[in-house]
Amino acid sequence: MPPVLELRGITKSFPGVLANDHIDLTLEEGEVHALLGENGAGKTTLMNILYGLYSPDEGEIFVRGRRVEIREPRDAIALGIGMVHQHFMLVPVLTVAENVMLGVEPVRNGIFLDRAAAARRIRELSQQYGLQVDPDALVKTLPVGVQQRVEILKLLYRQADILILDEPTAVLTPQEVEELFKVIRSLTAQGKSVIFITHKLKEVMAIADRITVLRNGRVVGTTTPSQTTEERLAAMMVGREVLLRVNKKPANPGEVVLEVENLEVLDDRGNPAVRGVSFEVRAGEILGIAGVQGNGQTELVQALTGLRPILSGRVRIMGKDVTGTSPRRVLEQGVAHVPEDRQKDGLVLSFPVAENLVINTYYIPPFARAGLLNHEVIFTTAEQRAREFDIRTPSVLTPVANLSGGNQQKVIVAREFSRPIQLLIASQPTRGLDVGSIEYIHQRIVAKRDEGCAVLLVSPELDEVMSLSDRIAVMYEGRIMDILPADQATREEIGLLMAGVKRA
Amino acid sequence: MAISTSTWERLSARGGISPRRARTYGFVFIGAGLLIYLLFARAAVPGQTSTFVLNFGTAGQTAPIPDLVLPTGPTLYALALVCAFFGGWQLARGFKRVNLVLGVIAGLFVLAFLAWASRGQSFNLTGMLNSALLRAVPIALAGLSGVICERCAVINIGIEGMMLTGAFTATLMGSLALNVWMWPSWASMSFGLICALISGALLGLLLAVLAVRFKVNQIIAGTAINILSVGVTSFLSSRILSHFQQLNNTGTMQPVPIPLLSQIPVIGPVVFEQNLLVYLLYVLLIVTHVVLFYTRWGLRTRAVGEHPRAADTLGINVFKIRYVNVTIGGMVAALGGAFLILGSVGRFDELMTAGKGFIGLAAMIFGKWMPFGAFGAALIFGFADALQTKLAILRVPIPSQFLLMAPYLATIVVLAGVVGEAVPPAADGQPYEKE
Repeated sequence: MPPVLELRGITKSFPGVLANDHIDLTLEEGEVHALLGENGAGKTTLMNILYGLYSPDEGEIFVRGRRVEIREPRDAIALGIGMVHQHFMLVPVLTVAENVMLGVEPVRNGIFLDRAAAARRIRELSQQYGLQVDPDALVKTLPVGVQQRVEILKLLYRQADILILDEPTAVLTPQEVEELFKVIRSLTAQGKSVIFITHKLKEVMAIADRITVLRNGRVVGTTTPSQTTEERLAAMMVGREVLLRVNKKPANPGEVVLEVENLEVLDDRGNPAVRGVSFEVRAGEILGIAGVQGNGQTELVQALTGLRPILSGRVRIMGKDVTGTSPRRVLEQGVAHVPEDRQKDGLVLSFPVAENLVINTYYIPPFARAGLLNHEVIFTTAEQRAREFDIRTPSVLTPVANLSGGNQQKVIVAREFSRPIQLLIASQPTRGLDVGSIEYIHQRIVAKRDEGCAVLLVSPELDEVMSLSDRIAVMYEGRIMDILPADQATREEIGLLMAGVKRA
Repeated sequence: MAISTSTWERLSARGGISPRRARTYGFVFIGAGLLIYLLFARAAVPGQTSTFVLNFGTAGQTAPIPDLVLPTGPTLYALALVCAFFGGWQLARGFKRVNLVLGVIAGLFVLAFLAWASRGQSFNLTGMLNSALLRAVPIALAGLSGVICERCAVINIGIEGMMLTGAFTATLMGSLALNVWMWPSWASMSFGLICALISGALLGLLLAVLAVRFKVNQIIAGTAINILSVGVTSFLSSRILSHFQQLNNTGTMQPVPIPLLSQIPVIGPVVFEQNLLVYLLYVLLIVTHVVLFYTRWGLRTRAVGEHPRAADTLGINVFKIRYVNVTIGGMVAALGGAFLILGSVGRFDELMTAGKGFIGLAAMIFGKWMPFGAFGAALIFGFADALQTKLAILRVPIPSQFLLMAPYLATIVVLAGVVGEAVPPAADGQPYEKE
């Protein structure tokens, strides 16, 4: 029997990048085939080609032995290919049933939507595959894990039997990941085939039947979980040996640097995002804030750095009240901020590296004299920083937009770490970076801690929080569920707290 | 970490608005009561009455309804007290649906104003409601055009221009058929109407091409259509219509009472004794509502308006939906323009739409992008407009310039005060690009 899906020699280039270079891939019926690779390895491009969102420059696609052309998502859907995108493709103001039936709506009398029929079919599918969801609920009221079920139901409703899941666990708690794996097993047991895209090694080992590793747009190799280890996979992904654990000495906490008391903050729509949060961070320790994205972490960091108004509560840095002061006043207290979205909040993309390096100190000597910029000093300092922090750029006068994600992040780290600081607030410091850059940023953060700096680390990547932190606070729906010492915390315990469950 | 009564939870107990806003509402209600007392009630002479005539039209009225005669002074004092009481209640306890109460207070204030303005005189209330409806029709059509376009996320600022072009086309083609080709009246009006719809469709298509195909900023594209329409219609009007008067006279449609329904007291003759274009508006409102919320096309339109990428990944043609909706939107806007001619005055004047397209957009927002919501808002604007003309007749001691502001004032107050939380379609105004 031919494989369910076969890709042969798929090649796709974008201006300046060869995103997919002669990629071959086969998917057998009933298997989970993991596609493993770092950001930028070409996984998503490959799947977008398969789903008809991009057209390949070269290569052939076979579905059940038959050669096919996929020009549009519609063609993919007709061939039984369905995709759950990394960013959900759901319309928040519509109901589950409306989202699921969109595009293939059942109608009565040839005109009127038959919502009841759709809801009935959704209930049947829910039963069959263990995907509990209420067809009449509005999507915007559902937790992320349930929204993902809706996405999977969309595919099943269209009778897809090749399911592509693009980074499906990025937004889930560990328990929700377990749930998802159960669903995936139930799908494959009933004859569906799954392509599982991820960069997380643990998950690949847990769920995949076969693993194909991509690097720089090429297939590095295909293997199975029983024939490999996490370390070997990591080496295949990166192309060299990498350290998966962070080496650090025990913390040596000193005086309290950051003190947060009953903080309440609203989000952009005026809803409560942070609801009465209190904690403190001491010099020489890393406090990690774990939690699924969207539970108030963003707003908490913005409030601490003066970027968002505070509804009530107190923030003290080195004993000084900085509640509601300007971002500049906060920075001048010796606070470094590595923002969550480096391109939006961390850098001015069209400015050169050199100017980005002084964008929070340009107004003080030696960078400014009598209100005028001293370009000479700015330039020489930038060259020195670029060497010191290994920023790979043609020149410090290159616009920062032309740098890779990892090097952009190094520009921010260089800028923030080369000031005298007492407190480092790092929000998702390794988001979207390759394993090599992650290693580097992690070492830098630990080094800052060892110098006696207080570190507040916010990250939805549980592994990152667990390996770096000395204490772990778990945030859920704007509240801190608990603060645990890192050496005593287990994944299970933190996972439950992330889901809002606190054991007595 | 027990935070049982966080600031937010204290807020949500008061209908979801901040304590400061809730207090402001209370003071506004009391202020309305005070104003009724200071401005109106004190002017009333004891024994004076306000008479509201409730009959309108002559056709088919079997039993005339007796006029409503209110003692001016006591009525005004009562209204002032009710407003003040609502204000006090809001300050002390707080209403759950405070926006609804705000609407009620606004209604009471208008009633007080009418009672004051018509003191010692008689005021034809039904006549004014009729005039309000007629003035609301073009605004409602403009609003409906906005709903149809923006539900699929194309902002149509060009409604004003589309109306103007529709009005001009209806005049020229209708008059041509009637006075030159000597067609019967109904045929030439239908011809004028169809030509107007075609002109609207073409302008709609133009907007769609600019906004969808070329991804031009939609505000600019719409403004270009407005400027184009003003220029072309004014030029042609001064070159053709002013020289050949027979080309600027279409005649107007006569009211057609609907049997039984037009017999309903007060409301009947206002709502169901109108010309065919008004009935066409009713039909369009119902059809648009049903299409938007109960058919495939509507579901897809709304999905495209909220999350075009999601619709695209499900195989829905985002561009096609936008082209079709915006073209239909242009036709509905042109129908609004045609109504100004065929359903109202029968001749074209330069710039005769006078901002009705923009007020229609305000009606769309006030009506939260719902067809009947936009219609309701259009009725309020039409009422303000009608009130202004009636008051001039009642010799109210307010400068007529101020009265002319009334509809626009109502627009601003409504937009700023009541609509605060109206949420447009999430992708509104954003061109869609395939990856």
